[in-house]
Amino acid sequence: MFKRDLVVVGGGPAGLAAAISAHENGVKDILLLERDQYLGGLLNQCIHTGFGLDYFKEILTGPEYADRFIQKIQAIPDIEIDLRSFVVRLEKDKTLTYLKPGGLHTVRPKALIMATGCREKTREMVHIPGTRPAGIFSAGLAQKLINIEGLLPGKEVVIIGSGDIGLIMARRFTLEGAKVKAIVEIQGSTRGLMRNMVQCVEDFDIPVYFSHKVLKVHGKDRVEKVSVAKVDRAMNEITGTAFDIPCDTVLVSVGLIPENELIEMAGVAIDKKTNSPVSREVNKTSVSGIFVCGNSFKVYDYVDSVTADSELAGKLAAEYIRNRR
Amino acid sequence: MIKKMVCIECPKGCLLSADIENCKVVKVAGAKCPKGIIYAAAEAENPSRILTATVLADGLDIKLVPVRTDKPIPKKDLFRAMEEIGKMRIAKPLRAGDTIVDNFLGLGVKLMATREANR
Amino acid sequence: MHDVAIIGGGVVGTSIARELSRYRLRVALFEKEAELAFGVSKSNSGIIHPGTQHPPALLKSRLCVQGNRLTKKLAKELGIDFKEVGELVVAFSDEEAKRLKELLRDGRSLGVPGLKIVNRAWLKKNEPNLSGNAVAALYAPTAGIISPYRWVYDFAENAAQNGVEMRIGTKVEKIRSTGSVFEITTSKGVFSATFVINAAGLYADDVARMVGIDDFKITPRRGEEFLLDKKRGHITNHLLFPLPSKISKGILVTRTSDGNPMIGPTSEDVADKEDLSTTAEGLKVVLEGARKLIPSIHENDIIAYFAGLRPVTGEDFIIRHEDKAPGFINVAGIQSPGLTAAPAIALMVVDILKKNSLELKKKAVFHTHRKKEYHLFAIPLEKTKRLIKKDAEYGDIVCRCEMVSAKEVRDAIARGATTMDGIKFRTRAQAGRCHGSFCTTRLVKILAEETKTPITGVTKRGSGSELVKKDRLT
Repeated sequence: MFKRDLVVVGGGPAGLAAAISAHENGVKDILLLERDQYLGGLLNQCIHTGFGLDYFKEILTGPEYADRFIQKIQAIPDIEIDLRSFVVRLEKDKTLTYLKPGGLHTVRPKALIMATGCREKTREMVHIPGTRPAGIFSAGLAQKLINIEGLLPGKEVVIIGSGDIGLIMARRFTLEGAKVKAIVEIQGSTRGLMRNMVQCVEDFDIPVYFSHKVLKVHGKDRVEKVSVAKVDRAMNEITGTAFDIPCDTVLVSVGLIPENELIEMAGVAIDKKTNSPVSREVNKTSVSGIFVCGNSFKVYDYVDSVTADSELAGKLAAEYIRNRR
Repeated sequence: MIKKMVCIECPKGCLLSADIENCKVVKVAGAKCPKGIIYAAAEAENPSRILTATVLADGLDIKLVPVRTDKPIPKKDLFRAMEEIGKMRIAKPLRAGDTIVDNFLGLGVKLMATREANR
Repeated sequence: MHDVAIIGGGVVGTSIARELSRYRLRVALFEKEAELAFGVSKSNSGIIHPGTQHPPALLKSRLCVQGNRLTKKLAKELGIDFKEVGELVVAFSDEEAKRLKELLRDGRSLGVPGLKIVNRAWLKKNEPNLSGNAVAALYAPTAGIISPYRWVYDFAENAAQNGVEMRIGTKVEKIRSTGSVFEITTSKGVFSATFVINAAGLYADDVARMVGIDDFKITPRRGEEFLLDKKRGHITNHLLFPLPSKISKGILVTRTSDGNPMIGPTSEDVADKEDLSTTAEGLKVVLEGARKLIPSIHENDIIAYFAGLRPVTGEDFIIRHEDKAPGFINVAGIQSPGLTAAPAIALMVVDILKKNSLELKKKAVFHTHRKKEYHLFAIPLEKTKRLIKKDAEYGDIVCRCEMVSAKEVRDAIARGATTMDGIKFRTRAQAGRCHGSFCTTRLVKILAEETKTPITGVTKRGSGSELVKKDRLT
């Protein structure tokens, strides 16, 4: 069992900013654990622009934004980075157990910053009836398949949800040669930015059905079509408005959930509705010395806000460690 | 004539109103910053977009290198650009920000890598 | 040339295969899908019934009680997690309570052990979340839960270990009797066998017709099931049943052996033997029924759902030698309690074979036990540490929701997984909270690598269900 001053779990934009900030505020013994084989988290697959307007006053893509922090952190020898490291257990006294190829390790830091991001809501969580064929993807998975692996999930796509992720993927699919048949949004207007409606949807003449919901997914082995209908204010189907859209792919982009199962394991109080930690002060949790930042604290719209939030967490953690001496 | 549009320069998405005479924008209303005025003119006369995509790597530590144009290119050239990008292969290691192609498609923009790729 | 050909790789076919593998026989099992258990056996409730649910005069009731006993024993031999959690058949009125007494009497006559009727006080103490409207219940301690598809794999692996030929992805198209043997034409060649056992589930009537037996028809009866978040795992201590009706058990509140509470199933005849869709109506019916038992169940607790099809033909199992087609044995209409009865069905079939002159000589060496595989989520961390020291790949986590390592995934493929669903059923990768959003990419790559197929050839459950349409590299 190793003892450290600070452990940061997560090497995406939140973890990177928090670790760097903690260092800038005086912490000289930091271990950052990242489960993937590279730093940057989801920014690596967000190849589009829209990042850094606030923090850097520049128009950057996700990878470029991440690169700024990756270069910075790699130049700090006091921050040890362990890739392919997956935390499996967290205890109330902050003892962490993590696995990596070839070993199981335990470490107990004085302070812990959790920057574990969020996961996507699935089709099952929004109860879309029908079959379970191949061809149903969360938007994030589709994005990873296309942008990291060069795999095209499908050729005729229906996107459920008009949030930014869904809109960005509408453009991505179109540019890669697929046909986006429709975006289906249950609310009366888009949940994403207007600029994305312009550059992702209008630019490519993609039909958007507001106040509509998907009634059923059809297809035995692969998606064959979806049934869609208009809904009233109570989100119930308006009889007589149902129609089918033939497609081979359904993208589900219906919301994000903070990933906080690890701190829940440690007995940290979690809000059952949002899955965020119950917190009276930003970044602090119900267990002193355990901090949460980035999307696992609260789902942010802009990565610039994630950075700001995480820098604060780093500062608070540094303060906490200083006060315990 | 008046053309209404949403500015895409930043997340604010100001609703612009462009006065167009003889195919040229003479006045722009609704912009909260100078970028909006420039955008309106470009959008009315020659709509352009920054293109982001990925290029297949060969013998590097990532399968695809994400790329971008440093400046917007005309909307009408987007698919032609994607076709060109589809044919490229990157075999040399590079840093984020490195230029892959100068004067991409003869449009006066650079095609740049946005992520580091090593051997 | 085989002694016995088994058609159907579900729990019935594979348990028969395992039983036959004790004897010096050449046995082959044919399964038309890309993997075993992809039919009825993968979508059901996973309940090992005590035997309280059907009239005692029926064959299936006897086989259920016998199967329940055998399952407990076999679970230890084959290394599967079998949890004996007990069941409560709940009465909500005095009239229903009277019926409980009938069920008790029937159960006792069948030899169901440990039955007793419990009162309100007992229920309040032992099943605190149960509706206050419950007046009494029939308690059956021998009810248990098991993973139905892992049960199939365990039977199959042990059968194969003991010499049974597994011919998967092989569809039987025609059967012709030459008088002394059956000539079986499949999608992958022609085989011959002295005896044929028809355990083809939903298609048992089609297979029977191949040898001229057409006195039964299989009607698919769909059941929709809904799984709740594991975090709600504490809402029940036993499997909860309402009183059974003529055609179905009603809406139950149970648990999967992986720890998710489950509510359902519905019971609806459908036209298509492949209609596995869930419906908005089904969700409503199930929630209503479940709430009668556990009022605190909420729609937001539901994290997954699926539908299964029961192969219904009349009220009872059809397990018989066909004198009109000597050597052909039908094992049809195996709906609930088929999973429970499977080991007993196997013994009954072996008996039928014996009575029809199949010589059964026991093998000198029969491997009763199966080599268990490891699941990191089911072992203590100290053991995980030792495993990683022996094989570094146990530390390479692929599925973070269920803590599944790359080593377990490769093991699953070595043991027969050829599809993404096959990996899911064997390892639980993709079955967690994020439903594969995180692990799919890596799994697809490992599967392509291990099966030496291009990534565009990786399927969800066999040909036609390929995951991705194009790889930019090719």
